[in-house]
Amino acid sequence: MYSRQVADHIANPRNAGELDQPSGIGDVSNEVCLDRIKLTVRIEGETLVDAKVKASGCPPTIAAASVLTELIIGRSIQELSLLTRKDVIDALGHLPPAKSHCAVLAIDALRAAIGECR
Amino acid sequence: MGVRAWFGAQPPTPNPQPPTPMKVYLDNSATTAMAPEVTEAMLPYFSEEMGNAQSVHSFGQRAKSAIEKARRRVAALISASPTEIVFVSGGTEADNLAIRGIADAHRDRGHHIITTRIEHPAVLRTCEALEANGFRVTYLPVSRGGLIDPEALRRAITGETILISVMLANNETGTIQPFEEIVQVVSEARESGLAHLHFHTDAVQAVGKIPVDVKRLGVDLLSLSAHKFHGPKGIGALYVRKGTRIAKLLHGGHHERDRRAGTENVPAIVGFGRAAEMATAELETRIARMRELRDYLERQVNSLVSNVAVNGDQDRRVPNISNMSFGGVDGESLLIALDLKGIAVSTGSACASGSLDPSHVLQAMGLSREEVRGSLRFSLSAYTTREEIDYAVSILVETITRLRAMSPADELETVQSI
Repeated sequence: MYSRQVADHIANPRNAGELDQPSGIGDVSNEVCLDRIKLTVRIEGETLVDAKVKASGCPPTIAAASVLTELIIGRSIQELSLLTRKDVIDALGHLPPAKSHCAVLAIDALRAAIGECR
Repeated sequence: MGVRAWFGAQPPTPNPQPPTPMKVYLDNSATTAMAPEVTEAMLPYFSEEMGNAQSVHSFGQRAKSAIEKARRRVAALISASPTEIVFVSGGTEADNLAIRGIADAHRDRGHHIITTRIEHPAVLRTCEALEANGFRVTYLPVSRGGLIDPEALRRAITGETILISVMLANNETGTIQPFEEIVQVVSEARESGLAHLHFHTDAVQAVGKIPVDVKRLGVDLLSLSAHKFHGPKGIGALYVRKGTRIAKLLHGGHHERDRRAGTENVPAIVGFGRAAEMATAELETRIARMRELRDYLERQVNSLVSNVAVNGDQDRRVPNISNMSFGGVDGESLLIALDLKGIAVSTGSACASGSLDPSHVLQAMGLSREEVRGSLRFSLSAYTTREEIDYAVSILVETITRLRAMSPADELETVQSI
């Protein structure tokens, strides 16, 4: 049902936690599923230098939150503005079609965190 | 290389987990492993004893004799007569045959059916199909503990009612319905003149877990399935009380005393018979063993994990099921994480098994969305060991701790300090 990558992120979430004094926080939730992602980022200049994430919900939500941190750390704000849910889904191998909203939630968290820094 | 190329270029991280040290199957309400004795009993009927029970020659007669022996064993398991047992393909067909068979045979007497909100989909979907066909169906609610109110059943019965279908034990919570009182209501209704009122129970989760006696239950029809108690998949039975008229689902030859056409699945029926014989002989020891381990599981979880609740009436449950809700975590995430460690359970959480519908059973019991979302069902078998429970509990504690630590909700305590 789920890809090996989703399972791996559930077993070993990357960059779990919260940054102290982050440059931005993206705390978003999906009221339908009760899923929630809280992303904290540190931005220096035009680069996102560090990120930590907390997430609760179904496996794709936790996996999307986890893989998101891998996709964004070390990238420029301009690069991040081009990141879409498809990139999150691709990085997870695949998601069941009914679960692509979990990748959307991860992107929403990123947009909210970066938006706060502006 | 452009920005877009980079996003897809990250290779998947190899799974650093060591090989799974232990396999623990705690999803025996979904299906069980066949007992070795059952496999052994079946084997000849795949090869040298391959006769069609309808054939007149000796091959056919030996197959027929094996089927009748199995029929006696299945009948003995539920205190029925062998002629009252109709072999079918499993619990789903048994439920369909019972409900549709009564509806079709007795529709001239009325168009009303009573069932509950917590039935298996095999019952609910069959009732819905009949609703589209002119029948009216009453779905009785359940209490927080998962029990129907026999008085609500009494009030629901009308002169039009031809069938009452109430499951004996629920597949998600293990809750056992108050049959002593239900049968009282049914027999009083019959005495008051509703002679055509039929009573069916889906006993798929009860047979082999509690004593099941069709006379004491007062039912006309009872569904059971072999693979829930160490028999083969693809075989079940419908008990049809002598004198009960049902319409056929499958038309063809005169198999099963003209109640279910189709060449008998002889190896599966033989396996069913052997599993029934073992379940009859070992019932008390199996019950004691499963209950002890199930209660041990719940004690351990309760002492090691905070914010956990057992779902369903704890005094009226089959001995092998524990349904628990873990606050602040999603059941499916728990399930996946446990599966990675070799532990198989199931969940009532929305996303499980590809469906986006949360458990209709837990919802009918009035559990909150959060409670339904955090629910896990552990179901034991006669072969579950204490070591398996210990391993499952240790991994469960570790996993809940990790998932709760990962959760943005910080008001939750993780693990109780001892």
